[in-house]
Amino acid sequence: MAQYVLKRLLGAIPTLLLVIVLSFLLVHAAPGGPFDEERVLPDVVAANIEAYYHLDESLPKQFVRYLSGVLQGDFGPSYRYRDYTVSDLIARAFPLSIRLGVMAMIVGVVIGVGVGTLAALKQNSVADRIAMGFAMSGISIPIFVVAPILVLLFAVKLNWLPAGWSGSSGAARMLLPVIALALPQIAYISRLTRASMIDVLGSGFIRTARAQGLGTYAIVRYHAMRPAMLPVLSYMGPAIAAVLTGSVVVEKIFGIPGLGRFFVDGALNRDYTLVLGIVIFYAALIVLLNLIVDILYGVIDPRVRYR
Amino acid sequence: MSAAIRLFRRTRRNRAVSVSGGILVVIAVLAVVLPFVSQNNYLDTDFDHILKAPGFVGMHWFGTDDLGRDLFVRTMMGIHVTLLVAIVASIVSLVIGVFYGALAGYIGGRVDAVMMRFVDALYAMPFIFFVILLMVVFERNFLLIFVAIGAINWLDMARIVRGQTLSLREREFVEAARLNGVSTARIILRHIAPNLIGVVIVYVTLTIPQAILVESFLSFLGLGIQEPQTSLGALVNAGVNQMESAPWMLLIPGGLLALILMCFNFLGDGLRDLFDARQHG
Amino acid sequence: MSLLNVCQLSIRYGNVAAVDELSFAIDRGESVGLVGESGSGKTQTALALLGLLPATAAISGSIKFDGEEFVGASERAFDKLRATRVSIVFQDPMQALNPYLRIGEQLRRILIAHNIATGREADGRVLETLKAVGLPDARRQSGAYPHQLSGGMRQRAMIASALITNPDLLIADEPTTALDVTVQAQILELLDTIRQDTALLLITHDLGVIAGHCDRMLVLENGCLVESGATPQVFGTPKCAHTVSLLEAAPRLKQNVAPQPVSGEALLSVDGASVSYREPGYGRLHAVKGVDLTLKKGETVAIVGESGSGKSSLVRALLGLVPAEAGALSFCGETLSREVRSRPQQTRRELQLIFQDPAGSLNPQMRVSDIVVEPLTVHEPSLDRRDRRERVIGILEQVDLGAEFLERFPHELSGGQAQRVAIARALIVEPKVLVCDEAVAALDGTVREQILRLLQDIQRRTGLSILFISHDLGVVSSISHRVLVMYLGRLVEIADGGTVFNAPKHPYTRALIDAVPLPDPEAGIARSSLSGEVPSILSPPTGCAFHPRCDFAETRCTTDLPAPTVIGATTVCCHRATEIDLQL
Repeated sequence: MAQYVLKRLLGAIPTLLLVIVLSFLLVHAAPGGPFDEERVLPDVVAANIEAYYHLDESLPKQFVRYLSGVLQGDFGPSYRYRDYTVSDLIARAFPLSIRLGVMAMIVGVVIGVGVGTLAALKQNSVADRIAMGFAMSGISIPIFVVAPILVLLFAVKLNWLPAGWSGSSGAARMLLPVIALALPQIAYISRLTRASMIDVLGSGFIRTARAQGLGTYAIVRYHAMRPAMLPVLSYMGPAIAAVLTGSVVVEKIFGIPGLGRFFVDGALNRDYTLVLGIVIFYAALIVLLNLIVDILYGVIDPRVRYR
Repeated sequence: MSAAIRLFRRTRRNRAVSVSGGILVVIAVLAVVLPFVSQNNYLDTDFDHILKAPGFVGMHWFGTDDLGRDLFVRTMMGIHVTLLVAIVASIVSLVIGVFYGALAGYIGGRVDAVMMRFVDALYAMPFIFFVILLMVVFERNFLLIFVAIGAINWLDMARIVRGQTLSLREREFVEAARLNGVSTARIILRHIAPNLIGVVIVYVTLTIPQAILVESFLSFLGLGIQEPQTSLGALVNAGVNQMESAPWMLLIPGGLLALILMCFNFLGDGLRDLFDARQHG
Repeated sequence: MSLLNVCQLSIRYGNVAAVDELSFAIDRGESVGLVGESGSGKTQTALALLGLLPATAAISGSIKFDGEEFVGASERAFDKLRATRVSIVFQDPMQALNPYLRIGEQLRRILIAHNIATGREADGRVLETLKAVGLPDARRQSGAYPHQLSGGMRQRAMIASALITNPDLLIADEPTTALDVTVQAQILELLDTIRQDTALLLITHDLGVIAGHCDRMLVLENGCLVESGATPQVFGTPKCAHTVSLLEAAPRLKQNVAPQPVSGEALLSVDGASVSYREPGYGRLHAVKGVDLTLKKGETVAIVGESGSGKSSLVRALLGLVPAEAGALSFCGETLSREVRSRPQQTRRELQLIFQDPAGSLNPQMRVSDIVVEPLTVHEPSLDRRDRRERVIGILEQVDLGAEFLERFPHELSGGQAQRVAIARALIVEPKVLVCDEAVAALDGTVREQILRLLQDIQRRTGLSILFISHDLGVVSSISHRVLVMYLGRLVEIADGGTVFNAPKHPYTRALIDAVPLPDPEAGIARSSLSGEVPSILSPPTGCAFHPRCDFAETRCTTDLPAPTVIGATTVCCHRATEIDLQL
């Protein structure tokens, strides 16, 4: 098992490095510099600014400087929010985004797995068809259509929940954003769970368990659940990426000052270091979470652990 | 060819496939034909009739937007662009994915291991963010949208095709052919490719909605298609901004987008069921 | 009152009757055999007894356990019945056991579900039962996962799970089919000794198994009971035609059916072949070590061995599909290249191969005519369409398939038909040698017979040489001029067909012969019971690889590799060949 974990860990590092290199190159390959949009500066001033941000150095040197900074947690200064470093901005926005994301994932997994399992057990019943109909809608309606409609319905027309972030407080303002973020995951995970569970329930060893006189609950709980969860577990990596992506939309629509918002604004404002920093941060997050998923996979499936 | 005809006959029996396929064809055809019926075009602004609700006044069947442009024609254009981008991008990713996957699967061994490691590494990356980065850095070039979508979608296809090719390579009828000295080209053409088609078709119908989602997402953020052209994603974005005063601006393109995606998903599901049945019976 | 009373049981799926008005009874403690070919309804019956049929099955008739009716019973009633009163052991333990749970855990769950025992007490019972089924290191095996155990151990664990609750009836559905031959005998013996007063319903397609282990037997054909009675009676005086044909298809080793040896020059010869693979994570796997083989024109040589014997690797190296790392191969006097790709076209045409899985060896997307014609397009490209078609029809005729099969697809063919198509494909280019890799293992008894007769027929007419690989001695006994026995990659014995079966010289050969269940109730239970299982090819024993399981092993057997010794018409690799008498 330890060997398996180690292998996975070592595999994750080059991926991360690749991300950092690619992003860095991309940003620096952009035509024009980060300050082009502002008023034209006299040459001397421009030169000074370049020197300050080390833009006059050769690319490899800039990269090394950047990389060593990153390893110490320093992503450089923001080109837009001049008084802040990128790390500052990330640190501010991150907790909010994380809270939203985690809650959405938990809601998504719990409801998704629950609905999917029940649908599988009652395959082809009315309840199953209705549930899967909803699930299909859930994955077909993009999050940037669902979120505004939710706002339109619950906040504007019915006035049950607040539409904006800054004007309200507490749990109420979290509810709609979390639901909006969780809905696509509930839909996808319930479909995935249902298909996986149906597949597992058709296996030979489930027939054996039935022949051994185990009741439905015991069969699902002790025999079927573990293998049925494997595809869901594998999905967790892409799921996290999907939630991160979705958060960009949700934060924009609800006006939440999270990482997603900063990212889009940074992109539109050409705040390269900010965008670069957030991409690397997200990548590191995803790589880390994928690692955890891989390890959990090894826990559930013994054939992976013991060759 | 006869294989394709047999396939087509079988699909007609599966309701999910025929209904969703039918709807998509209808939508595509209407989107091409209908704009010629209307007297309006997508560019004309009419400041006397801004934010009008859907109705028959001035043939503004879907209403008008904040610049007085006819939403019906703009929505039809949106459907065009959305479908076009999605299909072209999917073809690109299909071609890349199939070649890459088939090559890796057929050669096997070291080469395959390296190629798949590369795919695994790419899979772990937060692609959309890269794409956004790309779009920003290279000034929202329309061509780039295709590249971006293609770059995300080919991974899945490559994995699936590689898996199938690997297992096909080990099948006994391939071994029998090799033994007799059937040329590699012929083996790939007559033995491996026909057995791959099924899987490829199913996955294409699943990559198209993915492509649509990526393009719409980008357009929604303002990074995709640029004015005055529009796609469904951009229309939804405009709709969100006018949500409270003109909800139809959001609901109509949003609804159509959802319908198109749903049809593709049903189509993909139905085809997948069909092919599973075929493999096992 | 009988323990089990089945009356007019019918199982229908739509219009098709899988089981048609079946009636039989089983008394406490007795063992009953249920025999039939695939599709005869044996497994359906077993599943019906446990209420495990799918919802689409329409069941009518009566199934009574101790007078209690179970047709139409609720799931709860069945749950109480299962395991505590009736248990089942399925064919393939790798499929039947949960790969994600430890063995001990799976057994414990049964005890808990039926409120028999929990906690410490349950653990104790699990260990006890595992020991009783012959698992030597019960504690370790209890904590193991199924994939960590060998095939035989897995099936023992499966049996343990069935008997841990002390049921009244144990159903065993083809319990040995997925196992090595020598292990099969062990498992059958285990079933006999361990069940004590539990009744046994043994379902199998193999009459030999029934002969040795069942007091009474039932013969099913297409869902109908065609014959039943005490085992000796049915074997001695079968009344139904189907029973007769089943008996004829069963292996008969004692009778001298092996064909006379063939004389002449060697057509194909292999000298000191060795094949090894690199298995990632495991190192080098030596599949074949220094094997010699010759094949004459018009001769059938059988290569027999269990899993890990290297027989498949040997022929694949011979055909050039897998590189041999050592050894000289020659065909018709010329040296054969080790890589099939560098062999001349003419040579490649002469060596053909048919596989175990008939359907898998045919491209599901191609029609029969395209499949069969393909070798022709490579080896005789100058033929025009009409000639090709004629050749295809001609060869199909030779394998007893009419022209109506030309347009069919593989999934429209039965197992036997598919194998005939494979044979047609192999023979259309008129090869000199046909290699059959377990070519009849997946076929039913009667179909198997037909295919073997067909091959013999073709051999008589065309002088075809056949290399026949099998794990089952019974299958090859009637067609082999010579038999080559392999164990763990090495040659163990080569002899004429008749000699091998009547006067084996190697203990392993003797064990293989003993392990074949004979369709003769008088013969008594399988004499062998070779203990243990085939060791892993990754860590073979030192010296003679067979010594850990050999009754005659001495010290030198553990250190020195035995060299080939010639005794009469036999070549054998055993240190003690001249000393021991293994005559039957």
